[in-house]
Amino acid sequence: MIPHPVDMMRISPEILLSAFAVVIMVMEPFVSTGHKKLLGWMAMLGIVAAGGATAHLSLFAWPGMGPAFNGAVNADEFSSYFIYLFLFVSGLVILGSMDYLERDHAQHGEFYALVLMGTVGMCFMATSTDLIMIFLGLEISSISTYILAGYRRSDPLCNEASLKYFLLGSFATAFLLYGIAFVYGLTGTTNLLKAAAELNDPLHWTSYMRAALSAQLGAPLPWPALGQVALILMFVGLAFKLSTAPFQIWAPDVYQGAPAPVTAFMSVGPKAAAFAVLLRVFLGSFSSASAFTFWVLWISAALTMCVGNLGALWQSNIKRLLAYSSIAHAGYVLVGVTAGGSRGISAVLYYLVAYALMNVGVFILIAYLAGAGERLVDIDDYKGLASARPAVAACLTVFFLSLAGFPATAGFLGKFYIFRAAIHSHLVGLTILALLNSVVSVYYYFKIIVAMYMHEGKTETSEAILPWPVRAVLAVSILGIFWLGLAPNGFAGLSTLASMPLLK
Amino acid sequence: MSWYTAHILSIITFLPLVGAVVIAFLGREKASAIRWTALIFSVLTFMITVCLYTRFDPQNIKIMQFEELSPWMVLPPVNYHLGVDGLSALMILLAGFLTPLSVLVSWSSITSRPKEFFIFLLALETGMMGVFASLDLVLFFVFWEVMLIPMYFLIGIWGHERRVYAAIKFVLFTMVGSALMLTGIIYLYNITGTFDLQGIMSHLGAFSPLSPTAERWLFLAFFIAFAIKVPIFPFHTWLPDAHVEAPTAGSVILAGVLLKMGTYGMLRFCLPLFPEASREFAPVICVLAIIGIIYGALVAMVQPDLKKLVAYSSVAHLGFCVLGIFVFRPEAIEGAIYQMFSHGVSTGALFMLVGMLYERRHTRLISEFGGLATSVPIYSTFFLIVVLSSLGLPMLNGFVGEFLIIVGSYYSHAAYAAFASAGVVLAAVYLLWMYQRVFYGEITNEKNRTLPDCNFREKLILTIIVVVIIAMGVYPQPFLRRMDKGVESLMLRMEKHTVIMTDRTPAGRVGVGR
Repeated sequence: MIPHPVDMMRISPEILLSAFAVVIMVMEPFVSTGHKKLLGWMAMLGIVAAGGATAHLSLFAWPGMGPAFNGAVNADEFSSYFIYLFLFVSGLVILGSMDYLERDHAQHGEFYALVLMGTVGMCFMATSTDLIMIFLGLEISSISTYILAGYRRSDPLCNEASLKYFLLGSFATAFLLYGIAFVYGLTGTTNLLKAAAELNDPLHWTSYMRAALSAQLGAPLPWPALGQVALILMFVGLAFKLSTAPFQIWAPDVYQGAPAPVTAFMSVGPKAAAFAVLLRVFLGSFSSASAFTFWVLWISAALTMCVGNLGALWQSNIKRLLAYSSIAHAGYVLVGVTAGGSRGISAVLYYLVAYALMNVGVFILIAYLAGAGERLVDIDDYKGLASARPAVAACLTVFFLSLAGFPATAGFLGKFYIFRAAIHSHLVGLTILALLNSVVSVYYYFKIIVAMYMHEGKTETSEAILPWPVRAVLAVSILGIFWLGLAPNGFAGLSTLASMPLLK
Repeated sequence: MSWYTAHILSIITFLPLVGAVVIAFLGREKASAIRWTALIFSVLTFMITVCLYTRFDPQNIKIMQFEELSPWMVLPPVNYHLGVDGLSALMILLAGFLTPLSVLVSWSSITSRPKEFFIFLLALETGMMGVFASLDLVLFFVFWEVMLIPMYFLIGIWGHERRVYAAIKFVLFTMVGSALMLTGIIYLYNITGTFDLQGIMSHLGAFSPLSPTAERWLFLAFFIAFAIKVPIFPFHTWLPDAHVEAPTAGSVILAGVLLKMGTYGMLRFCLPLFPEASREFAPVICVLAIIGIIYGALVAMVQPDLKKLVAYSSVAHLGFCVLGIFVFRPEAIEGAIYQMFSHGVSTGALFMLVGMLYERRHTRLISEFGGLATSVPIYSTFFLIVVLSSLGLPMLNGFVGEFLIIVGSYYSHAAYAAFASAGVVLAAVYLLWMYQRVFYGEITNEKNRTLPDCNFREKLILTIIVVVIIAMGVYPQPFLRRMDKGVESLMLRMEKHTVIMTDRTPAGRVGVGR
């Protein structure tokens, strides 16, 4: 059976990305060693093409937004927002890693193909409205990132990272799958819309049991117990990808071991994709379980922020420190998810863009400062950077100030929107906890600034001039940080628009 | 109204930033060009602030003048809303006055990385101006936080031995406070639907939608942020560290302007937004303020280090300001505002003087000096005038504010006035004793015999300050006149609230409001 063209068009970004990934793999043996960068530009072309396809979907009447493949995927404003974000992130990562791979003599086509495949998986996670499709998307993106994490195969730390990520990751996906199985068992479908309708149906077989229970408790109809088990299991599976406490143990080791551009990719892309799923499943389809999921999210948010920030305080390796910081950021985003509603969802969407700008920028820059083989990743290696390379130090300072949430940067407005949503949902305690956490975070971000500006250094950090694609990445992320921090109206509007489909 | 008058506050706020950008484009080896650029931009800004202050119309029924309003964020609605009343205009004048002096003070003492230094100093001025001019809570918060970064670098890079510790302590203390304040700001928005100060004030008018408990918590959220900044007694531990470790210009701005942001915030936000809670907490706050006055003075007395002595004297002086604010008397509040300005001038001057001494001897220990009056007579004379102004000698600037505060607090509670007066005496003790040990007697240390006296630049700085000190002490009327309307409306707001909320008879409040 040949699928309907409309169906095909609605997943055209994913199709294009996959096609480019395959083409790159095929081209790889035919491109001579000196010209492998060409494959990187090929991948950029693929990203641009996919971006064009998404733009076509969101701007033109035909084929327009809507479900495809019998409701397995749904191209809506929400999914396009995320697809743009993923394409943006992978574009920056590819642009930023071409010269990095050249330097470390690891220039191979697989890298770009894997980044593209990872992006395909993430796009499917954001687009899917069927739990099986979500699972497939998660697997595609995970397997690509497992390989990418171990990309420098001669480095034992890198191997450890990859293996750890793979073992724990597969374990976590099993949880997700188990949760999906429970939903299927309860409702006889894996389609989110149908499953939700089934569970809210007064004639559903769990209803009379629940009705009896609610009569006994004098409370509104509770969510079925098996459904709660399913949600918990799915949350565990996603929490691993989000690296939220207590499922964050892998993150520092993996982020430290993986090549820095890959860390940039994996600390933003799969995390944002997992948030997309979390939003769609927990706040969108299964929002009737909110009384139950609220506390799961609340506890997870509080724990994640504290674990991330307190863990980061003791780190002296900059990649490890940023790994903990990205755990903490997942915690802030979870505050927004806990708050829910139109404000909460749009705040989360805004924050993810801000987070992508800061994290990709900082990791790409660190990748270059670390020198060949990534030796210089200790905070002490940054001593005296401000006198040796003032512009680079200034860029890093902007990233850290934004990560710490200082006003005039994207980080501040992201937090501001999240806290506004949280207080609107009467989460004053959680907001204060989050704000105090961000004060703690100032300490460790400033530790690096102190090293750069307030210590005389050995300035061993790689003296090489940054190649222009890296400068472009930095320029885009820094301009983006200030744009989102000073003129937020456009993006705030977009994120509100993107949150609409979930609230229907 | 011309474009200039309509945007005068924006010009004042962003002109220093323009200067910082200009400096950023100058080569780092052109130290002299950098200094001159910084001086030109800060003097230019000062001239515009003078223009603003003289054009400020004390008779106008509009309390907020030179308002600028344009939307910034749509959702939630945050506006770029600037405006000044007599209080904030005075603070802007103070910041504008102290920045060029700080540039001059750093002229020869900042030898390493002058480019960054002056960039940060000018960026700091933008932050300060923004804080005092903002009438939108989010905008205020933005400037309030942004200002921390240049100050952090000023202390952390150009400070003394323990600079890194002092800098991070300063930032973390302030940020804990601002975390609470941001929660309060968003909570207020959630109730009133606006971040605009005047909008919130009209919402929280007579029939406030806030429950007393909510008002109490909100008051505390704002108050603690400001109390840390002032600092009020139990929150003061960051101040000696930051002051002592900062370079001279940093200490001048820190003591001169940054501490005032705390008292400014209390007057601008705590009192008008939460009058009931302010009254409720006033006794506790007044006691803390008096503890600050006495404690600061006693600790200052035993300091072996000149700069630490001046730092602790700030705790005492700011205690006066807080006391003046929380006795809710118009004359005391005017006194507090006046004291804010005059403390900025005289303590700023003290820090400059200590800095000049440090440049010559590379020590600040009182025991290292003695008999300086014979070796550096001009310097000693200037120092004496500033010391006298700081301890509140009549006809000098320090007297006016302290007198008004003590008078006001007497009406409120005689005991407050008694303790505050004790503080004045103690101030005379620690300042004069210090002066005696440093300047009088025999020269005990041979190094002090050959110290060079003030050079032209230093004489210029000190002469300007002494002129201001005397002018403010002799003729305070132009300053007080401009505060009247603002203070009056503040008192009115607090009164109206009390009448409706608690239904007390007016007879109980005879003599309040003019």
